[in-house]
Amino acid sequence: MHVSPVREPLINGEKSYSDITNDVMAPIKAKPGKLWFAGLTISSILMLVGFAMIGYTIWFGIGTWGVNRTIGWGWSITNFVWWVGIGHAGTFISAILLLFRQKWRTSINRAAEAMTIFAVMCAGLFPLIHMGRLPLGFFIFPYPNTRELWVNFNSPLLWDVFAISTYLLVSLLFWYMGLIPDLGTIRDRMKTLWKKKVYNFLSFGWQGSARHWQRHESMSLILAGLAAPLVLSVHTIVSFDFATSVIPGWHTTIFPPYFVSGAVFSGFAMVLTLMIVTRRALNLQQYITVGHVESMNKVIIATGSIVGIAYITELFMAWYSGVEYERYAFMNRALGPYAWAYWIMMTCNVISPQLLWIKKLRRNLTFTFILSIFINIGMWFERFVIVVTSLHRDYLPSSWSMYKPTFVEVAIYLGTFGLFFTLFFIFIRVFPVIAIAEVKSVARSSARKFLGKPTQKQKPEKQ
Amino acid sequence: MGAIVYGHFTDELDLLNAVKELKNKKIHIADVRTPFPVHGLDTALKYPRSHLPKIAFAAGLIGGSLGLLFQIWVFTKGWPLNFGGKPYLSIPSFIPVTFELTVLFAAFAMGIAFLLRSNLGPGKIPNILDDDVTNDHFQVILAAKNNNLSEIELAEALEAAGAIDVKQVNATT
Repeated sequence: MHVSPVREPLINGEKSYSDITNDVMAPIKAKPGKLWFAGLTISSILMLVGFAMIGYTIWFGIGTWGVNRTIGWGWSITNFVWWVGIGHAGTFISAILLLFRQKWRTSINRAAEAMTIFAVMCAGLFPLIHMGRLPLGFFIFPYPNTRELWVNFNSPLLWDVFAISTYLLVSLLFWYMGLIPDLGTIRDRMKTLWKKKVYNFLSFGWQGSARHWQRHESMSLILAGLAAPLVLSVHTIVSFDFATSVIPGWHTTIFPPYFVSGAVFSGFAMVLTLMIVTRRALNLQQYITVGHVESMNKVIIATGSIVGIAYITELFMAWYSGVEYERYAFMNRALGPYAWAYWIMMTCNVISPQLLWIKKLRRNLTFTFILSIFINIGMWFERFVIVVTSLHRDYLPSSWSMYKPTFVEVAIYLGTFGLFFTLFFIFIRVFPVIAIAEVKSVARSSARKFLGKPTQKQKPEKQ
Repeated sequence: MGAIVYGHFTDELDLLNAVKELKNKKIHIADVRTPFPVHGLDTALKYPRSHLPKIAFAAGLIGGSLGLLFQIWVFTKGWPLNFGGKPYLSIPSFIPVTFELTVLFAAFAMGIAFLLRSNLGPGKIPNILDDDVTNDHFQVILAAKNNNLSEIELAEALEAAGAIDVKQVNATT
């Protein structure tokens, strides 16, 4: 087996196969601590407040929001696109990096994929609320009805329905299929009978036969091949929601690649935010190493730079097009009443990721953590800028207006954080956060134990 | 299955060597169970390639063509709608939905086929011989009925191949 003399190990410490099992399983076996309960309580309260405000919106109508006739899309579409974007990292890590044979993927793919699924769930809430009548949400699917009507297959909003639902379902399938062997591992370590039974049910009776592994491997590869274009298609289609309209500021052909790289950018930022905390809290520093953080930071530089170029290209094209409306839309973005939002976006998304060219900063956990939060904020503002600044001064100056969210909109947004973190807290207690079998399968070529002495001089990690 | 003999290895390279050795002795291996996918094990065991990708391809083809044909039917026969004088049959705008359905059908067909083919599913009871197989042990299982050798000879062959903890059971399944 080829062992690279220069790559740093992906698993630090002298970890044997059973150490890997025990370390990853520790949070599932142990009694939850106070911090976990505190986190779960706070996030579920937030979630309930959010749900209550959704109920309030539906009961009293959309007038409870700050949107108006000019700015018909406000925070809700901003949040929708933001959450969908965050939901791009997981499948990117597990599918595209699998096709590129990146071994460092194995330590983070499970948690990142879970994050993807939860983020897409949060995203899906917003269009549902926006429909106004939740129980009639199924109207968006083509089904035989008494009116003999079908949905409009020419509309990007409908493509979105198909893209997001397919993405959620396929991500869920990919994630769960990967979980099956690890759930089998947990089942065999459980002492209590009912827990054994529950995990056996969840593990579908996995027993690790060579034939099953062979099929599992072949399935994972094809699923990755299917999921890779799927990831790219989802945000492409989300960008069509804007790009196929004729609003200056939205009507640009650069949107699909710009949105996709922005999505991967924000998704990796969210993975970093979560994993830097999780590795500490669950004591997984040996598996999610500084090397992993550095690799993710490299993806952030790449995608962040694409986003930066896209912003500048947009500005250039607005000027170069010679269309006065197009020019005005961008002048208004950068210098108009929402200039503060534009410059927050520019600072967080264009300037801050460039700091990661410095290796010291790339490997600094505190810096990365703070930076990742800046990117999350910046990417939220990117969507806000695209949505609100393009709308608030339309073709008719008499209808120009400003938009401010109400408490209800803010609470619904915070409520999705509640939903996200409630699910995440439950996930880290119930399922293995790291793909146990996958980490074991790369251990021989990438673990410190098998590589022997460290080949590269490494500084002790600073916490 | 009748009487079976099984032994363990603690390292995947030992396992691979042992499997090759047993294969050279023309001993039939009923199953090998490992905590993670061991590369080269399926070729050592001479397993044919899995047919799952073919199923995925077929299902993707079905999903994609159903999606495309349905959209064409809706806009030309079912309820033709005039969108600003644009053609009824506008294939480019049907592509996104067609693509999504292709992926959806292929992925789920393959997932379901994998579970059915491997006899896995919610509530299935596995026949676990040793709990460490999902942790750090690699298990080779030999069945007496598939081989001409007696159980004792099979156990000896396993031990000769380097297996530890060789056991014999009369499995009912």
